[in-house]
Amino acid sequence: MMKILEKNMVKISLLIIAVVGFSVLFLTYNTYGNLEFALSFRGKKFIAFILVGVATTFATITFQTITNNHFLTPSILGFDSLYILIQTLLFFFFGIQVSSVLHHTIPLFLLNVFLMVVLSGFLYFFLLKKGNRELYLLLMVGMILGTLFSSISTFLQVILDPNEYDKLQGKLFASFSNIDISLIGIGFILSCLAIIYLWLSAPTLDVLHLGRDQATSLGVNVRNFQIKLLLVVSLLVALSTALAGPVTFLGFIVVNLTYQWMGTYKHRYLFVAGSLISVLLLVSGQFFVEQVFKWNTTMSVVIEFVGGVYFVGKILHERKRAH
Amino acid sequence: MEIKKVSKLYGSRQVVDGVDLEISEGKLTALIGPNGAGKSTLLSMMSRLIDKDIGEIYLDGNEVKSWKQNELAKKLAILKQSNHVNLKLTIRELVAFGRFPHSKGRVTQKDSEMIDEALSHFGLTDIQDQLIDSLSGGQLQRAYIAMIFAQDTDYILLDEPLNNLDMNYAVQMMKILKDLVVYHGKTVIIVLHDINFAASYADEIIAMKDGKLFLHDDTEEVIKKEVLDRLYDMNIKVCEMEGKRFCLYFN
Repeated sequence: MMKILEKNMVKISLLIIAVVGFSVLFLTYNTYGNLEFALSFRGKKFIAFILVGVATTFATITFQTITNNHFLTPSILGFDSLYILIQTLLFFFFGIQVSSVLHHTIPLFLLNVFLMVVLSGFLYFFLLKKGNRELYLLLMVGMILGTLFSSISTFLQVILDPNEYDKLQGKLFASFSNIDISLIGIGFILSCLAIIYLWLSAPTLDVLHLGRDQATSLGVNVRNFQIKLLLVVSLLVALSTALAGPVTFLGFIVVNLTYQWMGTYKHRYLFVAGSLISVLLLVSGQFFVEQVFKWNTTMSVVIEFVGGVYFVGKILHERKRAH
Repeated sequence: MEIKKVSKLYGSRQVVDGVDLEISEGKLTALIGPNGAGKSTLLSMMSRLIDKDIGEIYLDGNEVKSWKQNELAKKLAILKQSNHVNLKLTIRELVAFGRFPHSKGRVTQKDSEMIDEALSHFGLTDIQDQLIDSLSGGQLQRAYIAMIFAQDTDYILLDEPLNNLDMNYAVQMMKILKDLVVYHGKTVIIVLHDINFAASYADEIIAMKDGKLFLHDDTEEVIKKEVLDRLYDMNIKVCEMEGKRFCLYFN
């Protein structure tokens, strides 16, 4: 027992060292002699990385435990396309004036997050309240809604005024190189609340691993718990999407690396290690994008590429194991 | 435990139809009956795994629905037949989950004592650090029962725990369950397919047919030719050997 605990601590310590190392490198390398400016500029980005990384990790690990599937990420519920739809609708109905007023401000951000959480809450409540084993139906509905949302967005974008469309594109490609700094404060508070909730629920999440029936037998009200968890997951995904745009594969890479690295089912270890790994990936990725590739590529492209390759690799690996 | 007029519908099919029962405490009760008689469904309703459509189930005078989930989990535990967990989990960690209703995941001194006791009780102490995906069916089943034991509930409900066990392990399992009833004062309710296990180990038998209660009585009253023939719609010989009854149904 003690040995396992120590092993986990060593693994987490190694991650901490790596994260600190890369963070220092990212913050101080090649500052052209103006350390103060670089620090304040990169520091804000760095905080956003932590926020996005931690939020994505907590959301994805929780989501995969709920669905008992290591391939799914919350994006299957159509969050990314919902985000795009909301943005498109705002531009479509209120035009360039209103949106430039609202642009980059907290009310719009909160409205965004609020809409995403309410819509998903609506969905969960009806689908999960009705029956016991409707989780996969929920996922299918989410997928179909996602397609619907992106079709509507595309339609509206086609008939949008070209100037507004241009603005919209800029907004939609919120990316790691273009993070909305003004939202960090409010994002930080909201994700802290969500993370604290998940951290306190971690032992109950462990029990969910045993399956619905056994978790019920151990006194977990599985249906209510699932709805609560999914709401928190929606909140976290909404936050990170609004901050850094859609990142489909980040959560997938991070949590699967975490499972492999830690080799435990205990959510508290997974949460900590996963958050560290995602910050490590984001910071080192951004470092390479900035210093090695000289901005010739973007973080999102790197993530999608690496994530896609890893995803295919993992599917092939699992297939081989199943035989 | 008291079951009053409980029914369950799947679509238009009445799977459990107005069952009235009173489970005797401190006994090993076996649920028997042909396939599709509603045994497992009844067991799942008793343990709030599925909702009942009509009727009430009382545990210590309170309806199961009105119990707090966590309090109920200290009172009643259920183990279903299929348990495939795809996890890196040692036996000890699995058994430790049984203490969740008591300590919410923070293992106290008392918890580890209970876990140790459960492990040694079921002969798992030597292999407690093995991962559960490396175990044989019999060992895994024992590990799960050990978890239920660690949960320390008055009622233990088991859905066909002898599935996939060979005779040796099946007999061991029944002895362990009997032991829980006799020496630990537990009430064990168990769905069985093989009526010979029920005949040898159960104190009472609940026979179900077509969703209805067929008969609920002491084992000697149920293991009789005239009862079993009608229950299973076949010709069953009942013979006695060394004071125990056996059913022969291979014709």
